[in-house]
Amino acid sequence: MPPSKTTLSCYKLLLFVLGLLPLLRLLWLGFSDELGANPVEFIEHSTGTWALVSLLLSLVITPLKLIFGWPWLLLYRRMLGLFMFFYACLHFLSYLWLDHWFAWAEIIEDISKHPYVLVGFTALMLSLPLALTSNQFMMRKLKRRWKTLHQLVYPIAILVILHYWWLVKQDITQPALYALVLAILLLARVYLRLNPKLNPKS
Amino acid sequence: MLIGKPADIAPSEITPVETFRRRREIVKALGLSAIAPLSTAWPALAQAEDAPHQPPIKQFNKTDFGKEEKLTPYQDVTTYNNFYEFGTAKEQPAVNAKKFRTTPWSISIEGEVHKAQTLDMDKLLKLAPLEERIYRMRCVEGWSMVIPWVGIPLSALIKLAQPTSNAKYVEFITAAEPDSMIGVRAPILDWPYLEALRLDEAMHPLTILAVGLYGEYLPKQNGAPVRLVVPWKYGFKGGKSIVRIRFSERMPQTTWMRAAANEYGFYANVNPKVAHPRWSQASERRIGSGLFTRRIPTQMFNGYAEQVGQLYAGMDLAKNF
Repeated sequence: MPPSKTTLSCYKLLLFVLGLLPLLRLLWLGFSDELGANPVEFIEHSTGTWALVSLLLSLVITPLKLIFGWPWLLLYRRMLGLFMFFYACLHFLSYLWLDHWFAWAEIIEDISKHPYVLVGFTALMLSLPLALTSNQFMMRKLKRRWKTLHQLVYPIAILVILHYWWLVKQDITQPALYALVLAILLLARVYLRLNPKLNPKS
Repeated sequence: MLIGKPADIAPSEITPVETFRRRREIVKALGLSAIAPLSTAWPALAQAEDAPHQPPIKQFNKTDFGKEEKLTPYQDVTTYNNFYEFGTAKEQPAVNAKKFRTTPWSISIEGEVHKAQTLDMDKLLKLAPLEERIYRMRCVEGWSMVIPWVGIPLSALIKLAQPTSNAKYVEFITAAEPDSMIGVRAPILDWPYLEALRLDEAMHPLTILAVGLYGEYLPKQNGAPVRLVVPWKYGFKGGKSIVRIRFSERMPQTTWMRAAANEYGFYANVNPKVAHPRWSQASERRIGSGLFTRRIPTQMFNGYAEQVGQLYAGMDLAKNF
């Protein structure tokens, strides 16, 4: 039996509060001077990591929905996607402001010259139309094209992993772990499509 | 306040020490610090721990080096470290180095020398009077610190060793003990860590073997009991916890050259005009300067061009990076 409407709303509120925790933690640590020796790097890394985590969580929804037959899970995918965009914007803002003080010439050179910056920037630009079309109105308006457009999330996810991978100096353990999670999530989609029996809807 | 030197921060902006401490206590009480150990597993929850102080060094001479510089706070110098033998995240060495044993310690001096020998710490500390040298340290990653090292000129050890006429390079091989160094268990780098200098660079009066910082013996995460400091080169040239010093005729392949030859060269002189393939080296973030501060321009040879420029006369520094 699907959860009641009240339960679903409670889950949604809970997810919203959970999604804000990384930001609240940063504010708290900043206020109490606990951001460590390199606070700018700390904020850049933290917001970047949480954007990636939100993105991967948003990609967990569809396989879970298909495997367990929980269509109501879709209610939370949009919020996870928007949290990804929110933290990615904070990540970019901390880069523009705290790291480079809006020195545009320097920033443009950094983005164009350095592949890891460029792929990160591209991923953010690609997620902009997704955030803008995430509301009901645009969903109705775009109809089937909406789904096609939102499949951009896959190249975005790959670019984000590359961004992390190319940034790391030597120890690629962390980006490799995230890449593994993404690979599982993508393969799960392929598998579920090839085995429609597992898909209760079809 | 000294005449003519305006304060760069208004007194009203400074958080009173008591307020600051209280905030820290609140954070701790809330258990936020309890997640610090998790940072070794998941950097998303990374948080630095305070590092304890070390025993003071009883006798050392102050020098004029860097006395105009603003020092990077002790807590930052001792909790933000690149010491991959103890983990690749900056806060990990301070946490993971605790089990590492630094006594007894000795350095084997070998290779192209007339007086090959094993030096224990007592003997090393008596090679020359200990001096405090305040040096800028520029990391290849684009951040920098100002650290008051205590140490001896490396030249004192080289004179003791008496290099043969074949000796052109000095190699520094550092500890690699899987039992107490968690990072050595993974093949992140080709252990043991090896760095090297040309003999004239090693003999330069700016080059020191450091045994302390801030008037105290080195914490383990900073390379106890003895490490190399070469202030005009990127920080990775300064091998930590040195166990062997070998004199050789040929230029060795250093650890970072073996890891990525296109990114890390033998010389690794600080040079704002030669970019790292993946990032610019034109500016740096000074650690300890706070959240709302700009990067500062990186100086040629980290500001030591006058002293060391002649070592590289006529060399193409873009090629010999």
